[in-house]
Amino acid sequence: MSGKTDVKKIKATSGQAGKKHGGTAAIFVFLLAVGIFMLFPIYLTLVMSVKPVEELFVFPPKLYTLRPTLDNFSDMFRDLHSNRVPFSRYVANSITVTLTVTLLQCITGSMAAFVLAKCRFPGSKAINSIIVVSLLYQSNVIYIMQYIVMAKLHLIDNPLALILPSVASPMTLFLMRQSISQMPDSVIDAAKVDGAGLFRICWQIVIPNQKPALMTLIIFAFQGAWNIQSGAFVFQEQYKTLPTVVSQAAASGMAKAGVAMAAAVFMLVPPVVIFMLAQRQVIETMANSGIKE
Amino acid sequence: MSDKSKYSNLWKEIKKNRECYYMLFPFLLLFTVFTIVPVVMSLPMGFTDFNMAETPKFVGISNYASLFLSDRVFIKSIRVTLVFAFFTGPLSYVLCFLLAWLINELPRRLRTVFTLIFYIPSMSGVYTVWQLIFSGDINGYLNSILIDLGVITSPIQWLTDGRYILGVTIVVQLWISLGAGFLAIRAGFQNIDRSLYEAGAVEGISNRWQELIYIVIPSIAPQLMFAAVMQIVSSFTAGTVAQNLVGFPSTDYKAHTIMTHAYDYGWVRFEMGYAAAICMILFIAMFLCNKLIGKVLGKYNN
Repeated sequence: MSGKTDVKKIKATSGQAGKKHGGTAAIFVFLLAVGIFMLFPIYLTLVMSVKPVEELFVFPPKLYTLRPTLDNFSDMFRDLHSNRVPFSRYVANSITVTLTVTLLQCITGSMAAFVLAKCRFPGSKAINSIIVVSLLYQSNVIYIMQYIVMAKLHLIDNPLALILPSVASPMTLFLMRQSISQMPDSVIDAAKVDGAGLFRICWQIVIPNQKPALMTLIIFAFQGAWNIQSGAFVFQEQYKTLPTVVSQAAASGMAKAGVAMAAAVFMLVPPVVIFMLAQRQVIETMANSGIKE
Repeated sequence: MSDKSKYSNLWKEIKKNRECYYMLFPFLLLFTVFTIVPVVMSLPMGFTDFNMAETPKFVGISNYASLFLSDRVFIKSIRVTLVFAFFTGPLSYVLCFLLAWLINELPRRLRTVFTLIFYIPSMSGVYTVWQLIFSGDINGYLNSILIDLGVITSPIQWLTDGRYILGVTIVVQLWISLGAGFLAIRAGFQNIDRSLYEAGAVEGISNRWQELIYIVIPSIAPQLMFAAVMQIVSSFTAGTVAQNLVGFPSTDYKAHTIMTHAYDYGWVRFEMGYAAAICMILFIAMFLCNKLIGKVLGKYNN
């Protein structure tokens, strides 16, 4: 009886293995085709960013350049400015906003996630379900209503207006909470018996064990914050951020296309590098991302 | 048991857990001010006439009435949003699923590479390059290729011709739509217990299709739910991409989504009451859509 099933199993697996090789090649070819579609615009951005200006208006437009130059990048620093606010100022603003948002998101999000994952107290259930629903209402859907709140708080045209609304992110909190709830309770209970308070348990035991989740939180926080547009929240040129000038450059047409593409490359590199370094941890964390009703 | 002792018990519970509240406080404060208040506030605000300068004036349901009865651009924007959401929502969702599934069949190194490639477009505002691809003169990449191939003889105004702009924005939105939801599904696949496949084979599951229905979807239903939420958000609230690409307002309002309409009334005309009413409709539509998907996936989710 058992012998029979074994034979069947071996047959099944060997058959699958044979099919699998052909299958894998087909899958690879298909993914490659999709990949080329996905990468082509990125490739074009890179090529355009190193194209010399005189090649921009050649017909037909070329998909490569034989004389790459970094002129567009130096032009970017020289041209993308207004009213005595230099390009470096926008870069500095974006870096400040990004680092502050990321740091504050880590601190407030980790603590809240730990409490919501591991403690039962009056209101905890309600807060948990509100967080799940609020995943729907992020960023630009509530942008207009946020503006009214900000105006009431006198935050308009204050640099804090770019930072505060992005700190409490339901998505990163949610991912962190899911990850922490996978941790066994016994670890936390043991620490409680030893007399440690929740604050110490959170920062000395739980969070140091959540490096993948923390890394994921950092990546999403960074990506979100790095792309924060000054939009309607600040008007003074000196407070504006990089994405704002980049989209202005992009809107100014073919003449500035090289500079605009250089700026796009400049915007793209930091998040891509960070994601490459941490992809494994992100996937590990996202595995716990499921919403269970 | 009186109410009094119930309340004093509750108070004791709260006091016992005060450390929890302290730790929750910073997040909850910012979350309340910048997420809950704006969402909740749009309900009463939608019944007022409010221009930011004067105090809101109560106008009953007139905002909603004019939205549905006399605002023809709004009715148009509903249609645009639905077409847009249909293509970028379900289509992109299926694409996320399909790509994640196929990636998972590859060796580890290739998995990493393909995940990165598919995820890159969603990372930042690089879609500006599409302006050059779809540029309306002969220097636009698509035009020059099509002319070269002899498909067309004169350049097509991709970004201003009413026939093409919705299609163009859908393509670009699809391109940037493999975001957090895609990563979640991709992670879900990686974590499916391999022994489930073997158990399935013993129980008579013979093809990929059955494997998908009986093993894969139930295993990753929670991740699918998360991805659905992400996809709903990005497809219903799309508008920024279209505005940057085809201008605002777009030719003949062909790429005018509900979100763009809210933007129009909120930022351009400063009719906040009207904008709030538009947002409220969007909030409700997203909530219902979410509940619907929850119902469908709920069959697998336990």
